[in-house]
Amino acid sequence: MLKRRKRSILAGSALLAWAAFAPAVMAERIGDAERGAEIYRKCAACHMVGAQAKNRIGPHLNGIFGRKAAALDGFRYSDAMRRAGADGLIWELDKLDAYLENPKALVTGTRMSFAGIRSLDDRHDVLAYLRTFSDKPRDIPEASPTAVAHEVALAPEVLAMAGDRDYGEYLSSECLTCHRKDGSDRGIPAITGWRNEDFVVAMHAYRQKLRPHPVMQMMAGRLSDEEIAALAAYFAALE
Amino acid sequence: MTLNRRDFVTTTIGLAASLAAPMVMAAGKPRVVVIGGGAGGATAARHLAEASKGALDVTLVEPTRKYYTCFFSNLYLGGFQEFAALGHTYGKLAADFGVNVVHDWAVGIDRDAKTVSLAGGGTLPYDRLILSPGIDFVDGAVPGWDITAQNAMPHAYKAGSQTQLLKAQIEAMPAGGVYAMIAPPNPFRCPPGPYERISMVAHRLKQINPTAKILIVDPKEKFSKQALFEDGWMRHYGGMVERVGPDFGAANTSVDPAAMTVDIDGEVTKVDVCNVIPAQKAGRICETAGITDGNWVPVNPHTMQARADENIHVLGDASAQGDMPKSGFSANSQAKVAVMAVRGALTDSRVFPAKYSNTCWSLLGTDDGVKVGAAYEATDEKIASVESFISQTGEDAALRKQTYEESLGWYAGITADMFG
Ligand SMILES: Cc1cc2nc3c(=O)[nH]c(=O)nc-3n(C[C@H](O)[C@H](O)[C@H](O)COP(=O)(O)OP(=O)(O)OC[C@H]3O[C@@H](n4cnc5c(N)ncnc54)[C@H](O)[C@@H]3O)c2cc1C
Ligand code: HEC
Ligand code: HEC
Repeated sequence: MLKRRKRSILAGSALLAWAAFAPAVMAERIGDAERGAEIYRKCAACHMVGAQAKNRIGPHLNGIFGRKAAALDGFRYSDAMRRAGADGLIWELDKLDAYLENPKALVTGTRMSFAGIRSLDDRHDVLAYLRTFSDKPRDIPEASPTAVAHEVALAPEVLAMAGDRDYGEYLSSECLTCHRKDGSDRGIPAITGWRNEDFVVAMHAYRQKLRPHPVMQMMAGRLSDEEIAALAAYFAALE
Repeated sequence: MTLNRRDFVTTTIGLAASLAAPMVMAAGKPRVVVIGGGAGGATAARHLAEASKGALDVTLVEPTRKYYTCFFSNLYLGGFQEFAALGHTYGKLAADFGVNVVHDWAVGIDRDAKTVSLAGGGTLPYDRLILSPGIDFVDGAVPGWDITAQNAMPHAYKAGSQTQLLKAQIEAMPAGGVYAMIAPPNPFRCPPGPYERISMVAHRLKQINPTAKILIVDPKEKFSKQALFEDGWMRHYGGMVERVGPDFGAANTSVDPAAMTVDIDGEVTKVDVCNVIPAQKAGRICETAGITDGNWVPVNPHTMQARADENIHVLGDASAQGDMPKSGFSANSQAKVAVMAVRGALTDSRVFPAKYSNTCWSLLGTDDGVKVGAAYEATDEKIASVESFISQTGEDAALRKQTYEESLGWYAGITADMFG
């Protein structure tokens, strides 16, 4: 609590002092680990951390920073999480932050049924807490997640954008060279009949290169918000 | 007797309009003829017929009843695919989408009359023509070889019996024998294709004939995904593959199919299998139509229309469009742009900016897949690459396996997209 107040005082101090101090302060800490321990109770229903931690409903979270997604041998991960791991998803700060904000944005088919934490401060604090269970917390390269500025939480107008279905149909023809119209998911995941919001959020996560995969980062990278909305409308209506 | 639109209207005056209307409409439908039922043509025919919901009359001309994909034919050589799985028929294009499938060769195109003549004698009128005939070989490209030598020295660069023949020859090689490939100069169908083939031949030989040797005679300085292939050959088939490039005279190569020898800049080598992949050009019908410039057909990047004739769209390997490689993926991508342009011209459907992309996967060995790809947009001069990616050497086994599995998904996806 105390440390936290200190941070806000710093932030409010004279402009000159702030400019001189800010980088050092930001690099030093993610958030408030003490407060994070309390927020972690939300996770503890499924995850263990600390000495003798075992896999439960979710995998144990010791050494999670820098760990590859789906890396624990003894845990049965979802296909989606295993795919993300094979693609090269490493649990670095910005990825963890995005996953905790909205698990489905980063790994749409994840088995972690957890709605996400909307508050930036809460996420930073719980991550600061988890960091203390890393083998060498000091070696973990730190940067404020805000410095990375990934916006997993899309503006409501982006999420609510009504897609032009005709345009979506034309754009979709490019996707159907790989993704199947009949919803089969052999080798390449199915994308038909998704909730609009999941689709939009997933495409934005590729576009921001938060979600790994060179093909999809390239495909999404050249789509505008309107085009993503058009595709979401088209694919949601299939099946 | 034929009933044309005017006769019909004049003779039915006074009859119930409700009866006459559908006939008149059918006779007046814009006609699209597609030549070639491969990666470009099958995709175009299917999507034209499907999207226009009966507003267009779509005819596909293709001589063979079963199309064997070149893509994944190398995997068949390596023992990773069944031959039968490469074959696809046109039944669904006809039954599910209403494409008129005509199994014949197109032998002539009258661009003024806008008709296509068929080897079987018929004539097909068109409002728009789509040409996707693939490749033919440049005569005299490899001295000593011509198409009559294709049984002694197969190309296996159009899939089907040639691919089966090559596989049988590889499997019949004597212990410690030599497989030689005469690789083609640029530009040619599927830039990584010859080198994926080398990987697959090596894989098969390692199993059945581990002391055999592979010799690549290559007129090019460098080739697609070279670092990835060379790394893969080293890891999986160390010592088996040797490549002779232009610095050692590979550009000056001839063959003798009767003696089964390869002459590289004066040095003659006896080989057991000789896979000659000659230099290539657009399918012959393009020359017949008089729309080629050199070996290929220049096209408008926004619509895939031939520069020489706006009523003809040319797709796939036959086109000279700019930066896209000649691949099945590219042909499929170009077909979608052409479909949109044709529908826009002949019906009142909307037209959107052209978007193209390509990804080519290659298999280096068991569960060791790599890929290269790019996105493209149309400029006035050419289809231009705007972004690209390529697999890296040193990727871990899980990623390589996943990449291979993706390629299986892609094969299922593109063939479903082509044939329904
Ligand atoms: C070994 C190998 C591996 C490959 N691997 C891949 C890969 O992994 N991925 C990829 O994307 N691409 C791959 N390709 C490339 C791909 O096969 C071609 O680029 C693609 O088939 C080109 O499509 P197309 O429509 O231009 O021609 P094609 O697919 O060859 O179709 C042409 C069709 O036209 C017909 N035809 C020709 N002339 C006439 C005529 N006068 N009248 C009527 N019909 C006619 C032919 O019978 C044929 O069916 C590979 C190629 C090879 C050889
Ligand atoms: C309802 C149970 C549940 C809750 C609550 C939950 N998780 Fe999870 N978590 C899971 C499951 C199950 C997985 C495995 C997901 C998969 O395989 O798709 C997982 C996976 C993870 C992973 C990836 C682990 C790896 O090895 O790749 C992280 C990180 C994670 N959770 C963090 C958290 C944090 C932090 C919280 C609390 C803010 C939390 N989780 C809350 C069930 C839960
Ligand atoms: C070249 C093949 C290819 C093309 C073309 C392609 N995709 Fe993908 N897509 C993939 C692969 C492979 C994956 C799995 C990526 C991963 O592991 O994250 C994927 C994943 C996805 C996902 C996430 C699926 C999930 O289960 O989490 C969405 C959404 C998606 N693609 C949408 C699209 C859209 C929309 C298009 C067209 C604009 C498109 N894709 C074009 C290959 C392709």
